[in-house]
Amino acid sequence: MSGGHQEQRPGQAPGVFAAVGLPPIVWLAALFIAPLAVIWAYSFGENRTLVDIAITGNWGSYARALKPLYLAILLKSLGFAALTTLICFILGLPVALAISFASPRVKLLLLLAVMLPFWTNLLIRTYALMAILRTEGLINSALGGLWGLVPGLPPFEPLPLINNNFAVVVGLVYVHLPFMVLPLYAALDRLDRSLIEASLDLGAGHLATLWRVVVPMALPGIISGIIITFIPALGAYLAPDLLGGTNSQMIANVIERQFRSANDWPFGAALSFLLMYLTFAALLLQSLISRRSAAREARA
Amino acid sequence: MRTGPLDYLARWPLRLWLAGVGLFLYLPLVSLVAFSFNDSKRTTVWRGFTLDWYAQLWEDGELVAAFGNSLVIAAASTLISLVLGTAAALLLWRFRFAGKSVLEAVLGLPIVVPEICLGVAFLVFFTAIVPWPTELPWPANLGAIIIAHATFSFSFVALVVRARLASFDGALAEAARDLGAGEWLIFRDIMVPHLVPGLVAGALLAFTLSLDDFVITFFTSGPDTITFPIKVYSMVRFSVTPAVNAASTLLILLTAALTALALWLQGADIAKQAA
Repeated sequence: MSGGHQEQRPGQAPGVFAAVGLPPIVWLAALFIAPLAVIWAYSFGENRTLVDIAITGNWGSYARALKPLYLAILLKSLGFAALTTLICFILGLPVALAISFASPRVKLLLLLAVMLPFWTNLLIRTYALMAILRTEGLINSALGGLWGLVPGLPPFEPLPLINNNFAVVVGLVYVHLPFMVLPLYAALDRLDRSLIEASLDLGAGHLATLWRVVVPMALPGIISGIIITFIPALGAYLAPDLLGGTNSQMIANVIERQFRSANDWPFGAALSFLLMYLTFAALLLQSLISRRSAAREARA
Repeated sequence: MRTGPLDYLARWPLRLWLAGVGLFLYLPLVSLVAFSFNDSKRTTVWRGFTLDWYAQLWEDGELVAAFGNSLVIAAASTLISLVLGTAAALLLWRFRFAGKSVLEAVLGLPIVVPEICLGVAFLVFFTAIVPWPTELPWPANLGAIIIAHATFSFSFVALVVRARLASFDGALAEAARDLGAGEWLIFRDIMVPHLVPGLVAGALLAFTLSLDDFVITFFTSGPDTITFPIKVYSMVRFSVTPAVNAASTLLILLTAALTALALWLQGADIAKQAA
């Protein structure tokens, strides 16, 4: 570190330590940890009245969350998130590859192009997709227009592009693609180009090189891209809410219903914590993998 | 010109792929913006240019009030998260103490905890544990939302400020201390000037995060504390209309301008360091 910065012990400057330490620590404890702890406690509680919840230490809410009806939604959410991640990877890998091998000017432009939708409000992006996909939306009216040009066809039946599982996955991919492209790009940009050139020189084709040289070398970045995409997709609320049908609810929609209309807080709390545990498990996996690859690099 | 083996961008399959992904990313947004200027209630056929939908937004008192709420919430939560985030960054940069790694982990949590979980946690907290009075005069009634926004954005500010602190030359502070400057003077006259680009970037990030947030606000807002995204959501649920397109376009422009400003400031900062 520049200037030979040395960390102090609190005792060396107790006043400064208290001044910079207390505000963030107290805030985090009182307004972040405490609300989450309350939810955690409620997940072991039972409803007495609407807001009077007795924390009885029972696991009933968790047991209910694992009943077939809710387990199916949980599995469906995991499936949607996994499918979204896979599609984002397939769509994003060539894009990341193109960006990392572009000239500096083009690279900057492409990166901006990937990030610009990312800065656009999530709700607005989901709405934009709604307007494209709905029955009287852009795609269906364009197809209908083309259909009308051919004489003798039966009347145009609009494609069912919205209010179904298809629309939810399209929405999740649309929203999460930058989450995948950026870490992939960061990993590919650091690769040793001479190895790729060697592979091509020695007669491997582009696809073989991609699969057998680029992907193994960029694996830590690929895994972090996969996890960074998977986590928010798993907890997504807006895409299933606005694009999905009655059968494409995800776990976040069930949680929302427990708190805003069904008023079953202990059950909603248990579902929230199941989602949190899944998130933490994914993060743990990522840190284990990145630690292992760092250790391997240190050994090499 | 011969193309090199790694000149992927010159290959047509990849160009086609890029064009397809680009179309997927931009067609919805471009059509959203375009049809906000369309002289028709329909959002699929172009009838001519008009600004009527924007004029209509201006006359919608609820929407204007919601926009005002969003700006106040963004400004207040930015201020709070700037103070808290800078303090946290300084704490972690300067001191070595028991529980430091725990604090670092907890500080990173608001970035990774699913929004829906944080949303319901604030809902329960501000209804059952510390009920936020609903009868407060404006803008105090926005307090619960401001607190929620500050809580998730100050971790981001801490991250940005900490990155900037890494390039701080500790010798400068040492020299000032030897010459008799107190802690406050060193902070104000030496550290803050160095930190300015990080502070500005952190503030813009916090402001944009607050302005954009829907899910967490959805759970903390009441009938009198509607923000712009919440109002747009209620319009979206109702129907797809050019007025929603116009409102969305305004928000896109605002956040794009803020982000461009942040990037430009950081770019200028990097250029200065390189020079």
